[in-house]
Amino acid sequence: MIPAAFEYYRPKDMDKVLSILEEHGDDARVMAGGHSLIPMMKLRMADVPHLIDLQDVGGMSEIEIGADTIKIGALVTQSDIIDHAALADVAPILREAALQIADPQVRYMGTLGGNIANGDPGNDMPGLMQCLDASFTVVGQNGERVIPAREFYEAAYVTAREDGEVLTAVTIPRPKGGYAYEKQKRKIGDYATAAASVQIVNDDGKCVSAAIAMTNLSDTPVFSKTAGDALVGTSVDDAALKAAVAAMLGDIDPTEDNRGPVAFKNHVAGVILRRAIARAWSRA
Amino acid sequence: MSNKMHVNLNVNGEDHEFLAEPRELLIYALREKLNITGPHVGCETSHCGACTVTMNGKSVKSCTVFVAQANGAHVTTIEGLGNPDALHVLQENFKEHHGLQCGYCTPGMITRAAKLLEENPNPTEADVRFGIAGNICRCTGYQNIVKSILSAASEMNAAKEAAQ
Repeated sequence: MIPAAFEYYRPKDMDKVLSILEEHGDDARVMAGGHSLIPMMKLRMADVPHLIDLQDVGGMSEIEIGADTIKIGALVTQSDIIDHAALADVAPILREAALQIADPQVRYMGTLGGNIANGDPGNDMPGLMQCLDASFTVVGQNGERVIPAREFYEAAYVTAREDGEVLTAVTIPRPKGGYAYEKQKRKIGDYATAAASVQIVNDDGKCVSAAIAMTNLSDTPVFSKTAGDALVGTSVDDAALKAAVAAMLGDIDPTEDNRGPVAFKNHVAGVILRRAIARAWSRA
Repeated sequence: MSNKMHVNLNVNGEDHEFLAEPRELLIYALREKLNITGPHVGCETSHCGACTVTMNGKSVKSCTVFVAQANGAHVTTIEGLGNPDALHVLQENFKEHHGLQCGYCTPGMITRAAKLLEENPNPTEADVRFGIAGNICRCTGYQNIVKSILSAASEMNAAKEAAQ
Protein backbone atom coordinates (compact mmCIF):
# COMPACT_ATOMS: atom_id res chain seq x y z
CA MET A 1 0.00 0.00 0.00
CA ILE A 2 2.87 2.41 0.73
CA PRO A 3 4.93 3.36 -2.32
CA ALA A 4 8.59 4.21 -1.98
CA ALA A 5 9.57 7.86 -2.07
CA PHE A 6 10.19 9.49 -5.42
CA GLU A 7 11.07 12.79 -6.99
CA TYR A 8 7.95 14.19 -8.66
CA TYR A 9 7.83 16.23 -11.85
CA ARG A 10 4.85 17.79 -13.57
CA PRO A 11 6.33 19.34 -16.72
CA LYS A 12 4.26 21.44 -19.09
CA ASP A 13 5.82 20.33 -22.35
CA MET A 14 7.27 17.25 -23.98
CA ASP A 15 10.80 18.67 -24.31
CA LYS A 16 11.00 18.85 -20.55
CA VAL A 17 9.62 15.29 -20.21
CA LEU A 18 12.25 14.00 -22.61
CA SER A 19 15.06 15.83 -20.87
CA ILE A 20 14.09 14.36 -17.49
CA LEU A 21 13.90 10.91 -19.08
CA GLU A 22 17.33 11.42 -20.61
CA GLU A 23 18.85 12.66 -17.40
CA HIS A 24 17.59 9.78 -15.24
CA GLY A 25 17.41 6.91 -17.71
CA ASP A 26 15.91 3.77 -16.20
CA ASP A 27 15.20 5.59 -12.95
CA ALA A 28 12.53 7.77 -14.53
CA ARG A 29 9.05 6.77 -15.69
CA VAL A 30 6.19 8.73 -17.16
CA MET A 31 2.75 8.40 -15.61
CA ALA A 32 -0.55 8.99 -17.40
CA GLY A 33 -3.67 7.90 -15.46
CA GLY A 34 -1.54 6.03 -12.95
CA HIS A 35 -3.92 3.10 -12.67
CA SER A 36 -1.37 0.44 -13.54
CA LEU A 37 1.76 2.22 -12.35
CA ILE A 38 0.55 3.39 -8.91
CA PRO A 39 -0.78 -0.07 -7.95
CA MET A 40 2.60 -1.55 -8.91
CA MET A 41 4.39 1.15 -6.90
CA LYS A 42 2.14 0.47 -3.89
CA LEU A 43 3.15 -3.19 -4.03
CA ARG A 44 6.78 -2.08 -4.55
CA MET A 45 6.86 -4.09 -7.74
CA ALA A 46 7.77 -0.96 -9.68
CA ASP A 47 10.69 1.13 -8.48
CA VAL A 48 10.36 4.67 -9.83
CA PRO A 49 12.79 7.13 -8.24
CA HIS A 50 11.76 9.85 -10.71
CA LEU A 51 8.09 10.08 -11.60
CA ILE A 52 7.01 12.30 -14.48
CA ASP A 53 3.32 13.16 -14.40
CA LEU A 54 2.08 13.88 -17.94
CA GLN A 55 -1.19 15.57 -16.95
CA ASP A 56 -0.04 19.12 -17.78
CA VAL A 57 1.62 18.24 -21.08
CA GLY A 58 -0.77 19.53 -23.74
CA GLY A 59 -1.65 18.10 -27.11
CA MET A 60 -2.37 14.52 -26.10
CA SER A 61 -6.05 14.69 -25.19
CA GLU A 62 -7.65 15.09 -28.61
CA ILE A 63 -9.72 12.71 -30.70
CA GLU A 64 -9.45 13.69 -34.37
CA ILE A 65 -11.62 11.90 -36.89
CA GLY A 66 -10.27 12.28 -40.42
CA ALA A 67 -11.54 11.01 -43.74
CA ASP A 68 -9.40 7.86 -43.60
CA THR A 69 -7.90 7.74 -40.15
CA ILE A 70 -8.69 8.44 -36.52
CA LYS A 71 -6.02 9.97 -34.32
CA ILE A 72 -6.36 9.62 -30.58
CA GLY A 73 -4.01 11.36 -28.15
CA ALA A 74 -2.29 9.13 -25.63
CA LEU A 75 -3.91 10.90 -22.66
CA VAL A 76 -7.48 10.34 -23.88
CA THR A 77 -9.15 8.39 -21.09
CA GLN A 78 -11.31 5.30 -21.40
CA SER A 79 -14.32 7.38 -20.34
CA ASP A 80 -13.48 9.99 -23.02
CA ILE A 81 -13.64 7.16 -25.56
CA ILE A 82 -16.95 5.92 -24.21
CA ASP A 83 -18.52 9.39 -24.21
CA HIS A 84 -17.36 10.47 -27.68
CA ALA A 85 -20.41 10.11 -29.93
CA ALA A 86 -18.60 10.73 -33.22
CA LEU A 87 -15.96 8.16 -32.34
CA ALA A 88 -18.63 5.63 -31.44
CA ASP A 89 -20.09 6.29 -34.87
CA VAL A 90 -16.96 5.61 -36.90
CA ALA A 91 -15.24 3.05 -34.67
CA PRO A 92 -17.87 1.54 -32.36
CA ILE A 93 -15.57 -1.33 -31.36
CA LEU A 94 -13.53 1.12 -29.25
CA ARG A 95 -16.51 1.98 -27.09
CA GLU A 96 -17.58 -1.66 -26.85
CA ALA A 97 -14.11 -2.61 -25.62
CA ALA A 98 -13.63 0.38 -23.30
CA LEU A 99 -16.86 -0.48 -21.48
CA GLN A 100 -15.36 -3.88 -20.66
CA ILE A 101 -12.21 -2.36 -19.18
CA ALA A 102 -11.96 -1.94 -15.41
CA ASP A 103 -14.72 0.09 -13.71
CA PRO A 104 -16.07 3.66 -13.83
CA GLN A 105 -13.49 5.22 -11.52
CA VAL A 106 -10.58 3.57 -13.28
CA ARG A 107 -11.97 4.57 -16.69
CA TYR A 108 -12.06 8.26 -15.69
CA MET A 109 -8.31 8.14 -15.06
CA GLY A 110 -6.87 5.34 -17.16
CA THR A 111 -5.74 6.44 -20.62
CA LEU A 112 -5.60 4.78 -24.01
CA GLY A 113 -1.87 5.49 -24.21
CA GLY A 114 -1.18 3.96 -20.82
CA ASN A 115 -3.22 0.88 -21.65
CA ILE A 116 -1.23 0.45 -24.84
CA ALA A 117 2.23 1.29 -23.53
CA ASN A 118 1.94 -0.69 -20.28
CA GLY A 119 2.85 -3.96 -21.99
CA ASP A 120 0.75 -6.14 -19.67
CA PRO A 121 -0.84 -8.86 -21.82
CA GLY A 122 -3.95 -8.48 -19.66
CA ASN A 123 -4.70 -5.04 -21.09
CA ASP A 124 -7.51 -5.05 -23.66
CA MET A 125 -6.52 -2.20 -25.99
CA PRO A 126 -3.32 -3.76 -27.38
CA GLY A 127 -5.11 -6.66 -29.07
CA LEU A 128 -7.83 -4.35 -30.30
CA MET A 129 -5.20 -2.03 -31.77
CA GLN A 130 -3.62 -4.97 -33.57
CA CYS A 131 -7.01 -6.01 -34.93
CA LEU A 132 -7.57 -2.46 -36.23
CA ASP A 133 -4.01 -2.24 -37.62
CA ALA A 134 -3.35 0.88 -35.58
CA SER A 135 0.03 2.51 -35.32
CA PHE A 136 1.62 4.22 -32.37
CA THR A 137 3.55 7.48 -32.45
CA VAL A 138 6.40 7.69 -29.97
CA VAL A 139 8.66 10.67 -29.44
CA GLY A 140 12.20 10.63 -28.11
CA GLN A 141 15.39 12.66 -28.25
CA ASN A 142 15.76 11.79 -31.92
CA GLY A 143 12.25 12.90 -32.80
CA GLU A 144 9.11 10.98 -33.64
CA ARG A 145 8.72 7.52 -35.03
CA VAL A 146 5.70 5.41 -35.81
CA ILE A 147 5.45 1.77 -34.80
CA PRO A 148 2.69 -0.54 -36.07
CA ALA A 149 0.67 -2.11 -33.25
CA ARG A 150 1.30 -5.50 -34.81
CA GLU A 151 5.05 -5.01 -34.27
CA PHE A 152 4.94 -3.20 -30.93
CA TYR A 153 4.64 -6.05 -28.43
CA GLU A 154 7.71 -8.22 -27.84
CA ALA A 155 7.05 -9.94 -24.49
CA ALA A 156 5.25 -9.23 -21.22
CA TYR A 157 6.07 -5.61 -20.34
CA VAL A 158 8.55 -5.43 -23.22
CA THR A 159 7.56 -3.27 -26.16
CA ALA A 160 9.26 -1.57 -29.09
CA ARG A 161 9.14 1.74 -27.20
CA GLU A 162 12.59 2.66 -25.90
CA ASP A 163 13.07 3.89 -22.32
CA GLY A 164 13.66 7.47 -23.43
CA GLU A 165 10.54 7.56 -25.58
CA VAL A 166 6.96 8.56 -24.81
CA LEU A 167 3.88 7.29 -26.62
CA THR A 168 1.99 10.38 -27.75
CA ALA A 169 -0.76 9.23 -30.11
CA VAL A 170 -2.50 6.33 -31.75
CA THR A 171 -3.57 6.38 -35.38
CA ILE A 172 -6.26 3.98 -36.55
CA PRO A 173 -7.44 3.47 -40.13
CA ARG A 174 -11.21 4.02 -40.07
CA PRO A 175 -12.58 0.52 -39.48
CA LYS A 176 -14.87 -1.06 -42.03
CA GLY A 177 -17.72 -3.51 -41.59
CA GLY A 178 -18.98 -5.34 -38.53
CA TYR A 179 -17.19 -5.45 -35.22
CA ALA A 180 -17.15 -7.15 -31.85
CA TYR A 181 -15.06 -7.11 -28.71
CA GLU A 182 -15.96 -10.23 -26.77
CA LYS A 183 -14.37 -10.74 -23.36
CA GLN A 184 -14.66 -13.58 -20.88
CA LYS A 185 -13.78 -12.48 -17.37
CA ARG A 186 -14.44 -13.63 -13.84
CA LYS A 187 -15.96 -10.35 -12.75
CA ILE A 188 -16.05 -6.61 -13.40
CA GLY A 189 -12.60 -5.14 -13.58
CA ASP A 190 -10.84 -8.42 -14.18
CA TYR A 191 -8.39 -8.91 -16.98
CA ALA A 192 -9.66 -11.35 -19.60
CA THR A 193 -9.54 -15.09 -19.25
CA ALA A 194 -9.82 -14.75 -23.02
CA ALA A 195 -10.95 -11.93 -25.27
CA ALA A 196 -11.27 -11.48 -29.00
CA SER A 197 -11.36 -8.42 -31.27
CA VAL A 198 -13.00 -8.94 -34.63
CA GLN A 199 -13.55 -6.52 -37.49
CA ILE A 200 -15.14 -8.07 -40.58
CA VAL A 201 -16.46 -6.93 -43.96
CA ASN A 202 -19.46 -8.54 -45.64
CA ASP A 203 -19.94 -8.11 -49.37
CA ASP A 204 -23.21 -9.63 -50.49
CA GLY A 205 -23.04 -12.51 -48.03
CA LYS A 206 -19.33 -13.21 -48.51
CA CYS A 207 -16.60 -12.20 -46.12
CA VAL A 208 -14.11 -10.09 -48.03
CA SER A 209 -11.84 -9.16 -45.15
CA ALA A 210 -11.48 -10.12 -41.51
CA ALA A 211 -9.05 -9.08 -38.80
CA ILE A 212 -8.78 -11.05 -35.56
CA ALA A 213 -6.69 -10.46 -32.44
CA MET A 214 -6.76 -12.21 -29.09
CA THR A 215 -6.14 -10.79 -25.60
CA ASN A 216 -4.36 -12.33 -22.59
CA LEU A 217 -3.70 -15.67 -24.26
CA SER A 218 0.05 -15.28 -24.62
CA ASP A 219 2.72 -13.03 -23.14
CA THR A 220 1.69 -10.46 -25.75
CA PRO A 221 -1.53 -9.73 -27.61
CA VAL A 222 -1.88 -12.07 -30.58
CA PHE A 223 -2.84 -10.87 -34.05
CA SER A 224 -3.93 -14.04 -35.82
CA LYS A 225 -3.67 -13.39 -39.53
CA THR A 226 -4.41 -17.01 -40.33
CA ALA A 227 -7.66 -16.91 -38.35
CA GLY A 228 -8.86 -13.86 -40.28
CA ASP A 229 -7.76 -15.37 -43.57
CA ALA A 230 -9.77 -18.53 -42.80
CA LEU A 231 -12.96 -16.46 -43.01
CA VAL A 232 -12.20 -14.57 -46.20
CA GLY A 233 -14.14 -15.87 -49.20
CA THR A 234 -16.60 -17.81 -47.02
CA SER A 235 -20.14 -17.03 -45.95
CA VAL A 236 -18.91 -17.34 -42.32
CA ASP A 237 -20.64 -20.67 -41.94
CA ASP A 238 -19.86 -23.29 -39.35
CA ALA A 239 -16.96 -24.75 -41.33
CA ALA A 240 -15.38 -21.31 -41.66
CA LEU A 241 -15.81 -20.65 -37.93
CA LYS A 242 -14.16 -23.98 -37.12
CA ALA A 243 -11.26 -23.18 -39.43
CA ALA A 244 -10.82 -19.72 -37.90
CA VAL A 245 -10.84 -21.11 -34.37
CA ALA A 246 -8.35 -23.84 -35.29
CA ALA A 247 -6.05 -21.26 -36.87
CA MET A 248 -6.31 -18.96 -33.85
CA LEU A 249 -5.51 -21.83 -31.46
CA GLY A 250 -2.29 -22.39 -33.39
CA ASP A 251 -1.22 -18.80 -32.71
CA ILE A 252 -1.98 -18.39 -29.00
CA ASP A 253 0.13 -19.69 -26.13
CA PRO A 254 -1.79 -19.31 -22.87
CA THR A 255 -0.28 -20.07 -19.47
CA GLU A 256 -1.98 -21.49 -16.41
CA ASP A 257 -2.92 -19.06 -13.65
CA ASN A 258 -5.89 -18.57 -11.34
CA ARG A 259 -8.09 -17.89 -14.38
CA GLY A 260 -7.64 -21.52 -15.32
CA PRO A 261 -5.37 -24.16 -16.82
CA VAL A 262 -4.14 -24.09 -20.40
CA ALA A 263 -6.76 -26.52 -21.74
CA PHE A 264 -9.56 -24.37 -20.30
CA LYS A 265 -8.09 -21.18 -21.74
CA ASN A 266 -7.83 -22.77 -25.18
CA HIS A 267 -11.43 -23.87 -24.89
CA VAL A 268 -12.62 -20.45 -23.76
CA ALA A 269 -10.59 -18.74 -26.49
CA GLY A 270 -12.46 -20.81 -29.07
CA VAL A 271 -15.87 -20.05 -27.57
CA ILE A 272 -15.11 -16.34 -27.31
CA LEU A 273 -13.78 -16.09 -30.83
CA ARG A 274 -16.85 -17.86 -32.24
CA ARG A 275 -19.14 -15.46 -30.40
CA ALA A 276 -17.12 -12.44 -31.49
CA ILE A 277 -17.15 -13.48 -35.13
CA ALA A 278 -20.88 -14.22 -35.02
CA ARG A 279 -21.68 -10.84 -33.49
CA ALA A 280 -19.35 -8.97 -35.83
CA TRP A 281 -20.84 -10.78 -38.84
CA SER A 282 -24.38 -9.96 -37.71
CA ARG A 283 -23.36 -6.29 -37.73
CA ALA A 284 -21.42 -6.43 -41.00
CA MET B 1 14.29 11.92 -1.63
CA SER B 2 11.63 12.49 0.95
CA ASN B 3 11.36 16.18 0.20
CA LYS B 4 7.97 17.54 1.07
CA MET B 5 6.06 19.75 -1.27
CA HIS B 6 3.40 22.38 -0.75
CA VAL B 7 0.03 20.95 -1.67
CA ASN B 8 -3.11 22.98 -2.31
CA LEU B 9 -6.42 21.18 -2.24
CA ASN B 10 -9.94 22.49 -2.29
CA VAL B 11 -12.00 19.94 -0.42
CA ASN B 12 -15.75 20.37 -0.11
CA GLY B 13 -15.41 24.04 -0.98
CA GLU B 14 -12.68 24.78 1.53
CA ASP B 15 -9.07 25.56 0.61
CA HIS B 16 -6.33 23.64 2.36
CA GLU B 17 -2.59 24.00 2.12
CA PHE B 18 -0.21 21.54 3.69
CA LEU B 19 3.17 19.90 3.28
CA ALA B 20 3.31 16.33 2.06
CA GLU B 21 5.62 13.92 0.35
CA PRO B 22 4.64 13.50 -3.31
CA ARG B 23 4.14 9.77 -2.73
CA GLU B 24 1.43 10.33 -0.13
CA LEU B 25 -1.83 8.94 -1.49
CA LEU B 26 -4.77 11.33 -1.69
CA ILE B 27 -6.82 9.11 0.62
CA TYR B 28 -4.23 9.48 3.40
CA ALA B 29 -3.94 13.22 2.88
CA LEU B 30 -7.71 13.50 3.29
CA ARG B 31 -7.95 11.20 6.27
CA GLU B 32 -4.78 11.95 8.18
CA LYS B 33 -3.84 15.50 7.23
CA LEU B 34 -7.32 17.00 6.89
CA ASN B 35 -9.23 14.68 9.24
CA ILE B 36 -11.81 13.99 6.53
CA THR B 37 -12.35 10.39 7.49
CA GLY B 38 -15.50 9.49 5.55
CA PRO B 39 -13.60 7.99 2.59
CA HIS B 40 -12.18 4.64 3.64
CA VAL B 41 -9.46 2.19 2.66
CA GLY B 42 -10.71 -1.31 1.83
CA CYS B 43 -7.92 -2.70 -0.32
CA GLU B 44 -4.51 -2.02 -1.77
CA THR B 45 -5.23 -3.04 -5.35
CA SER B 46 -7.63 -0.29 -6.47
CA HIS B 47 -10.64 -2.57 -6.60
CA CYS B 48 -12.98 -1.77 -3.72
CA GLY B 49 -13.84 1.90 -4.28
CA ALA B 50 -14.32 2.64 -0.56
CA CYS B 51 -11.94 5.59 -1.05
CA THR B 52 -13.99 7.09 -3.91
CA VAL B 53 -14.15 10.87 -4.02
CA THR B 54 -14.97 13.30 -6.82
CA MET B 55 -11.86 15.02 -8.12
CA ASN B 56 -12.22 17.74 -10.77
CA GLY B 57 -15.58 16.30 -11.80
CA LYS B 58 -14.49 12.66 -12.00
CA SER B 59 -15.16 9.78 -9.64
CA VAL B 60 -11.72 8.63 -8.58
CA LYS B 61 -10.32 6.08 -6.18
CA SER B 62 -8.27 8.33 -3.94
CA CYS B 63 -5.99 5.42 -3.04
CA THR B 64 -4.72 5.50 -6.62
CA VAL B 65 -3.92 9.19 -6.84
CA PHE B 66 -0.72 10.67 -5.44
CA VAL B 67 -1.27 13.85 -3.50
CA ALA B 68 1.25 15.46 -5.87
CA GLN B 69 -1.05 14.64 -8.80
CA ALA B 70 -4.02 16.07 -6.95
CA ASN B 71 -2.22 19.34 -6.17
CA GLY B 72 -4.57 22.15 -7.19
CA ALA B 73 -7.60 19.89 -7.51
CA HIS B 74 -11.16 20.34 -6.34
CA VAL B 75 -12.28 17.35 -4.31
CA THR B 76 -15.70 16.42 -3.00
CA THR B 77 -16.09 13.75 -0.34
CA ILE B 78 -19.14 12.34 1.39
CA GLU B 79 -18.79 15.13 3.96
CA GLY B 80 -19.37 17.66 1.17
CA LEU B 81 -22.62 16.08 -0.01
CA GLY B 82 -24.66 16.50 3.13
CA ASN B 83 -24.57 16.38 6.91
CA PRO B 84 -26.79 14.82 9.58
CA ASP B 85 -28.94 17.95 9.72
CA ALA B 86 -29.30 18.31 5.96
CA LEU B 87 -28.89 14.97 4.26
CA HIS B 88 -28.26 14.69 0.54
CA VAL B 89 -31.12 12.94 -1.28
CA LEU B 90 -28.87 9.92 -1.74
CA GLN B 91 -28.01 9.81 1.95
CA GLU B 92 -31.71 10.06 2.79
CA ASN B 93 -32.53 7.20 0.46
CA PHE B 94 -29.69 4.93 1.60
CA LYS B 95 -31.17 5.35 5.08
CA GLU B 96 -34.74 4.85 3.93
CA HIS B 97 -34.05 1.76 1.79
CA HIS B 98 -31.43 0.13 4.03
CA GLY B 99 -28.64 0.66 1.52
CA LEU B 100 -25.99 0.18 4.18
CA GLN B 101 -25.12 -2.05 7.09
CA CYS B 102 -21.57 -1.64 8.42
CA GLY B 103 -21.31 1.66 6.56
CA TYR B 104 -17.73 1.19 5.44
CA CYS B 105 -18.41 1.24 1.68
CA THR B 106 -21.15 3.85 2.01
CA PRO B 107 -19.15 7.09 1.67
CA GLY B 108 -17.51 5.86 -1.51
CA MET B 109 -20.74 4.31 -2.77
CA ILE B 110 -22.78 7.48 -2.29
CA THR B 111 -20.08 9.74 -3.71
CA ARG B 112 -19.93 7.52 -6.77
CA ALA B 113 -23.73 7.37 -7.02
CA ALA B 114 -23.94 11.18 -6.91
CA LYS B 115 -21.65 11.43 -9.92
CA LEU B 116 -23.51 8.63 -11.70
CA LEU B 117 -26.84 10.42 -11.31
CA GLU B 118 -25.31 13.69 -12.44
CA GLU B 119 -24.22 11.98 -15.67
CA ASN B 120 -27.28 9.82 -16.07
CA PRO B 121 -30.31 11.20 -14.20
CA ASN B 122 -32.59 8.40 -15.44
CA PRO B 123 -30.63 5.19 -15.04
CA THR B 124 -32.11 1.73 -15.39
CA GLU B 125 -31.36 -0.87 -12.76
CA ALA B 126 -28.70 -2.28 -15.09
CA ASP B 127 -27.17 1.20 -15.52
CA VAL B 128 -26.96 1.59 -11.75
CA ARG B 129 -25.37 -1.81 -11.23
CA PHE B 130 -22.84 -1.17 -13.99
CA GLY B 131 -22.29 2.39 -12.77
CA ILE B 132 -21.33 1.32 -9.26
CA ALA B 133 -19.32 -1.71 -10.36
CA GLY B 134 -16.15 -0.07 -9.09
CA ASN B 135 -17.54 -0.13 -5.54
CA ILE B 136 -17.58 -3.33 -3.53
CA CYS B 137 -19.95 -3.94 -0.61
CA ARG B 138 -19.57 -6.88 1.76
CA CYS B 139 -22.85 -6.43 3.65
CA THR B 140 -25.85 -5.53 1.56
CA GLY B 141 -25.75 -7.76 -1.50
CA TYR B 142 -26.24 -4.53 -3.47
CA GLN B 143 -30.01 -4.92 -3.92
CA ASN B 144 -30.90 -2.19 -1.46
CA ILE B 145 -28.13 0.04 -2.70
CA VAL B 146 -29.64 -0.16 -6.17
CA LYS B 147 -33.08 0.60 -4.71
CA SER B 148 -31.68 3.57 -2.80
CA ILE B 149 -30.03 5.04 -5.88
CA LEU B 150 -33.07 4.51 -8.14
CA SER B 151 -35.33 6.06 -5.53
CA ALA B 152 -32.97 9.01 -5.11
CA ALA B 153 -32.96 9.46 -8.88
CA SER B 154 -36.72 9.69 -9.10
CA GLU B 155 -36.87 12.09 -6.14
CA MET B 156 -34.22 14.29 -7.71
CA ASN B 157 -36.08 14.27 -11.02
CA ALA B 158 -39.38 15.10 -9.32
CA ALA B 159 -37.73 17.98 -7.48
CA LYS B 160 -36.25 19.24 -10.74
CA GLU B 161 -39.64 19.12 -12.45
CA ALA B 162 -41.33 20.88 -9.54
CA ALA B 163 -38.70 23.62 -9.73
CA GLN B 164 -39.35 24.24 -13.43
